[in-house]
Amino acid sequence: MTTIITDPGSRVLRPVRRRWGVVAVVTLWILLGTLLSGRDTLALGSADITSFHRWLNDLRASIETGLAGGSPVSALITGVRTTIGAVVGFGQDLVARPSFGRPVPGIGWLGVVAIAGYVTAALAGARVAVLTVTGLTFLGLQGLWQDSMDTLTLTAAAVGLALVIGLPIGVAAGVSPRTRRLVTPVLDVAQTMPAFVYLTPLTLVFLIGPASATITTLIYALPPVIRLTVHGIRTVPGDSVEAAVSLGTTGRQRLVQVLLPMARRTIVLGINQTIMAALSMVTIAALIDAPGLGRTVLKALETLDVGVAFNAGLAIVVLAVMLDRITSTVADRGARPRRDTGRARIRAVALAVGGLTTLWLVQLSRTYLWAARFPETITTPWGPLEVRLGDDIARGASLVTRAVETSASGVTSTVKDAGTILLIDPLQALLSGSPWWLVTAAAVAIAWLVAGTRAAVTALTCLLLVLATGLWSDSMVTLAATGVATAAVMLLGVILGVWMGRDRRVEAVLRPQLDAGQTMPAFVYLVPFVALFGASRFTAIAAAVLYAAPAAVKIVADGVRAVPVETLEAAVASGSTTWQVITKVQLPMARPALALALNQGLMYVLSMVVVGGLVGAGALGYDVVAGFSQGEMFGKGLAAGLAIVVMGILLDRVSQAAARRVGAVGSQLHTRR
Amino acid sequence: MPRSWISPRARASALAAVTALALAGCGGATIDSAASGTSDASPSGSNRPCGTVNLAVSPWVGYEANAAVYRHVAEKRLGCTVVTKNLKEEVSWQGFSTGEVDLVLENWGHADLVKKYVTEAKVAVDLGPTGNRGIIGWYVPPWLAKEHPEVLDWKNLNTFAQKFATSESGGKGQLLDGDPSYVTNDAALVKNLGLNFAVVQGGSEATLIQSFRQAEAKKTWLLAYFYEPQWFFNELKLQRVNLPTYTPGCDADPQKVACDYPPYELNKIARVSFASTGSPAAALAKAFRWTNEDQNEVSRSIAVDKLSPADAAKKWADAHPDIVDGWLKNR
Repeated sequence: MTTIITDPGSRVLRPVRRRWGVVAVVTLWILLGTLLSGRDTLALGSADITSFHRWLNDLRASIETGLAGGSPVSALITGVRTTIGAVVGFGQDLVARPSFGRPVPGIGWLGVVAIAGYVTAALAGARVAVLTVTGLTFLGLQGLWQDSMDTLTLTAAAVGLALVIGLPIGVAAGVSPRTRRLVTPVLDVAQTMPAFVYLTPLTLVFLIGPASATITTLIYALPPVIRLTVHGIRTVPGDSVEAAVSLGTTGRQRLVQVLLPMARRTIVLGINQTIMAALSMVTIAALIDAPGLGRTVLKALETLDVGVAFNAGLAIVVLAVMLDRITSTVADRGARPRRDTGRARIRAVALAVGGLTTLWLVQLSRTYLWAARFPETITTPWGPLEVRLGDDIARGASLVTRAVETSASGVTSTVKDAGTILLIDPLQALLSGSPWWLVTAAAVAIAWLVAGTRAAVTALTCLLLVLATGLWSDSMVTLAATGVATAAVMLLGVILGVWMGRDRRVEAVLRPQLDAGQTMPAFVYLVPFVALFGASRFTAIAAAVLYAAPAAVKIVADGVRAVPVETLEAAVASGSTTWQVITKVQLPMARPALALALNQGLMYVLSMVVVGGLVGAGALGYDVVAGFSQGEMFGKGLAAGLAIVVMGILLDRVSQAAARRVGAVGSQLHTRR
Repeated sequence: MPRSWISPRARASALAAVTALALAGCGGATIDSAASGTSDASPSGSNRPCGTVNLAVSPWVGYEANAAVYRHVAEKRLGCTVVTKNLKEEVSWQGFSTGEVDLVLENWGHADLVKKYVTEAKVAVDLGPTGNRGIIGWYVPPWLAKEHPEVLDWKNLNTFAQKFATSESGGKGQLLDGDPSYVTNDAALVKNLGLNFAVVQGGSEATLIQSFRQAEAKKTWLLAYFYEPQWFFNELKLQRVNLPTYTPGCDADPQKVACDYPPYELNKIARVSFASTGSPAAALAKAFRWTNEDQNEVSRSIAVDKLSPADAAKKWADAHPDIVDGWLKNR
């Protein structure tokens, strides 16, 4: 970074030269790749395994025998398992399953709704409380009360653990660069290693039950809260910290009185992202007997019942939107100043009355059946009314899907064929059809040109590691699909992001749909996607785009909105058209946001590789699925997981380094003007 | 169907009714009265205490049918407590060694797992066939079998290779494979039979079924790995392609195999210490035996008629008391 400040002139000139350099490298790559096509591609049959994979199998076997022996570690494992089991079990007893010798949970649905409404009202205000009460009641009307409560309990346990572990680590890494360097790679692995890889070993260690399910969820959900805590602490303005130092505060005082309060908003957003990540693991955890909505989704898919799967998926979306709004409102409120004392008194009275009402409703839910178990029929003055909203949603969703499948599949299969021939096949031919050494040389050269020497070294290391997994060819096929998907994500991200960032009304319409795209389990829409696009790489890419685009759209919109109003007004006053404002002012100024969107888009696309393996994308995703399904393929699955992680790190580091460069040059251009 | 939807007005009035009830502070059955009223009738004719059975349930409908019927009989006739655990096969077998799974009710071969847990670790034991015969093979949609019956002979497949080509098969014909849990020799078969086909990994059963549905609806060409018994045959009667006849030992070398898949005798596997307790639940598991038609009947109820597995099992058991009694005879 320092070189940029000391040597600005050459950096401004270089982008042009660099661009020509990249063009030259790619041209050479295409030429040589066509010439040497099919040589040294290191392809491995889908049922074949290498000695490295066999070694991983043996490693697993020896760990298994070691565990069976009974060691000090196994005492610790038993402790962790029984503790988590007890906590989750208590939560289920309280809200989800018949317990305490009664045919109903400790607190019935009415009590849960009352408590949730009361707590939300106290923390986040009346509007969010109404949303919460409506949302929870909707879950009951869907006929999914018990499943939802099971899911909520498991999510709460995983998120609770994530906070207990993640917040201290995040604070430590926020204040100490050394800790940060230690923690970051671990977080990268946790976020990109597919859960299918560690599901079976985990159930061997922590057995089948709530402990394994919670830990699986925890592994994926822990990184966001740590990352955002670090980010929050590091972005506290330097002068605030300096002021505190000049007042003679100790390090501890600075942390508690300056850093943490000022980072609060970002930390709460981290908690929010952790909750979203935990909810996205619901279906995966159901593969090892986790109770809840995920199980309903999987059961429905055994018979390809898209409607029932959608109904359960919708419940997950409702939970996610509810928890998202609660946490983001809490985050926003923390930034606001306290109210005057007169209103505080009214608030205290309201809280007291609300509290008593809540207690009364809880008592009702412990006494009467209609308040304990969500009623299947409601007695009205016009006669009994059956609660069948879930069935209606399922039937409606099935009808719509069937209609779309039959009417659109002609067009969609044409789109698939065109996209495959024009985009996927050429890129794949270049990556997996060229000799491995040519791909490596070209990739390292490009990394050096766009991101510098350090990035080039990272690229070389990562590619050699991919080579070492024995899955070079599969990795290149997956990389090609990842590239196409990420390009589509960025295209959508820029178009929808700019539109949403410029218009609040558009945001109001789009945002719930983006939330749904992020939390609706992929298993729900895979079946219709296969109908539309067949078993193909294109289907996998479409699913990945649906999941990854929302994050990119949100980040771009945020960046566009952050452009100062005065700058926009000045541009409009000087006679710029809307198109000029977007392309000359808003997009250039939102460059850091675009870089972040690219980075997050990539990570989310990579996390869908395994899902792609379930719908015909083959390659690494299929290897991971096969490793989960067959003992002999375990080693290969693990190697494929490692390849995904390494490629994630490669793409992340290079794109971040490139973005830093572009961002630095961009901001220089702005200051010069 | 007036009750099949709820208008906003009806919902609002329902809420109002609930509120009214709440304000009255009373009304409706109390939990204590409900609890005392719902004690199950004691099961008939159990002479030995049964205890708890941990039953693995794997994610396909046929298995679900076995599990539901076993559970129904064990609970209603023997008074056992059956705890079901939803698990993929690998994890189920692992449960034999950790003591968390007592019973697997539909096992498709899995020679490697048998070797690991039955032969070597001796924690699991074969409880004999379920009576269901598993058939694995290459299938085509009904319309294709009808219009081009010649594709049902493997020797003619090369003639039509181009018809089977897709965007994924690289110019060759496509042979679509599914869930990697099942054993396939397809790559070796294609090579050794000299077929101009490429194996494309669909990756899941859902992908196979959906592909068949679309192929039938759109009259497109599809050749895919599939298996019976399977609930989907209730919806589409897929036709099997004849491969060179299976003879014992013709599949000994997985690299050189050039013959059809053997018929699978699906069997039951139990944890050794569960099987040796002499529990009536173990005896029932051992005696459990039925035909593909029986299983299809229950699968159909679950997959097509949308009954819950418990209801589907009850329906079948009530209709076939002779078979169920046969299982319970030798107690």
